[in-house]
Amino acid sequence: MLQITEGSLAVADAVGKCRPQVIAAYPITPQTHIVEALAEMVANCTIDAEYITVESEFSALSACLGASAAGSRVYSATTSQGLALMFEVCFNCAGMRLPVVMTIANRAMGAPLSIWNDQQDSISLRDSGWLQFYAEDNQEATDLHYLAYRVSEDHNILLPSFVCFDGFILSHTYEPVDILSQEEADRYLPRFRPFQRLDADDPISFGLFAAPDYYMEFRYEIDQAAKKALSVFPKAGREFAELFGRDYSGLVESYRMEDADCALVAMGSLCGTVKDAIDDLRDAGRKVGLLKIRTFRPFPAEEVKKALSGVSRVAVLDKNISLGSKGAVALEVKDALYGSQIPVHDYIIGLGGRDVQKKDIARVVTLAEEGRGDLYYGLREEVLK
Amino acid sequence: MALGTGCTARPGKSRNNRTGSWRVFKPAFIHERCTSCGMCRIVCPEGCIGENEEGLPVPDYDYCKGCGLCAEECPSEAIEMKKEEK
Repeated sequence: MLQITEGSLAVADAVGKCRPQVIAAYPITPQTHIVEALAEMVANCTIDAEYITVESEFSALSACLGASAAGSRVYSATTSQGLALMFEVCFNCAGMRLPVVMTIANRAMGAPLSIWNDQQDSISLRDSGWLQFYAEDNQEATDLHYLAYRVSEDHNILLPSFVCFDGFILSHTYEPVDILSQEEADRYLPRFRPFQRLDADDPISFGLFAAPDYYMEFRYEIDQAAKKALSVFPKAGREFAELFGRDYSGLVESYRMEDADCALVAMGSLCGTVKDAIDDLRDAGRKVGLLKIRTFRPFPAEEVKKALSGVSRVAVLDKNISLGSKGAVALEVKDALYGSQIPVHDYIIGLGGRDVQKKDIARVVTLAEEGRGDLYYGLREEVLK
Repeated sequence: MALGTGCTARPGKSRNNRTGSWRVFKPAFIHERCTSCGMCRIVCPEGCIGENEEGLPVPDYDYCKGCGLCAEECPSEAIEMKKEEK
């Protein structure tokens, strides 16, 4: 049913319909509305879940870790400094192969303190073993939660997932969203079937010590599992499309890429603005297209390589910066295109909530055509002196 | 040892970690001086010191890391740490 609702509320609704058995979260802007809505659902008995109130994000994810090991479907949500506080537990969830699903309402990292959007928080957990999916709009943010549980809980994968959607830009925006009914959600997402769980009658320990003669093998297995998501995610997307008509089977999505000369690469809500900008640029006769990255982890290098093989130049829009190096998405794209002659220009853009408009995208395309890249877009003059 | 997905293990699996390979100094138990007081068995962090039919201490060298606590605490100086040649 199509409903005009706030992004956070649409996400909370979808999470509730995924039937989590344990929710543990700590409120932090701009994630708060999600966990408030879920707390209300639990209090009103509209969903049958334990809501564990905790004193920090570290505790929130630790509670989720324990509950997941005990065999429950679990959920949490956070952002920015909250995610930073979960850092240690994030690696443990992945290492213990627990299919936790967590929403990240993407926000900049401090210092300086900023409550506004960029994607530095989840990108900084790039190497943690969590799968990372980025939503362009609230419909996708909502639907990706169903997919995330399907993919994470697949017994060939067993890895936690972030569903990332841009803080405020999506989380606090009202848009029409097709809300699934509980029956529809149940048809797509079956009850949780743990691969193994804590059971006093059949004891097992999680996350044990590994000496140097075995540690590498565990890391290899986590890496292999993450890479298997490159085939499991499209399958989950196709099944979703068969039931509800919305197709998320692509790890990447091409927009007006046929005959494109310059390809923009972006993740998250930026893609909506880029698509509108591309329509204008196409009307003006410029051959521009967008490659949207939906799954940043695992990174779909083959799909990126294939999609970009025919273009003359690539402009990557990074809402993050690996300080001392480049934007994280650009690094991946450059790796995927290694050996080709296609120039990849990186643009650090929209950090800390700075607005990115259609005219900015048009300007980036012009810069790329002039061969001027690897720069921060739209910096104030005074820092360049 | 087969890898348990999620770094998991069933009870008793830590026996697979034969920590005796870590040892540099090996305790030699000199039974002639031993009074069977049991101090070495109490202080051993690995709990790897058992006893023979006569009640004299016998370490399990598969798990003895050679920490030397038993030799340090033995009131009869009946345990000597010796550099192990491997």
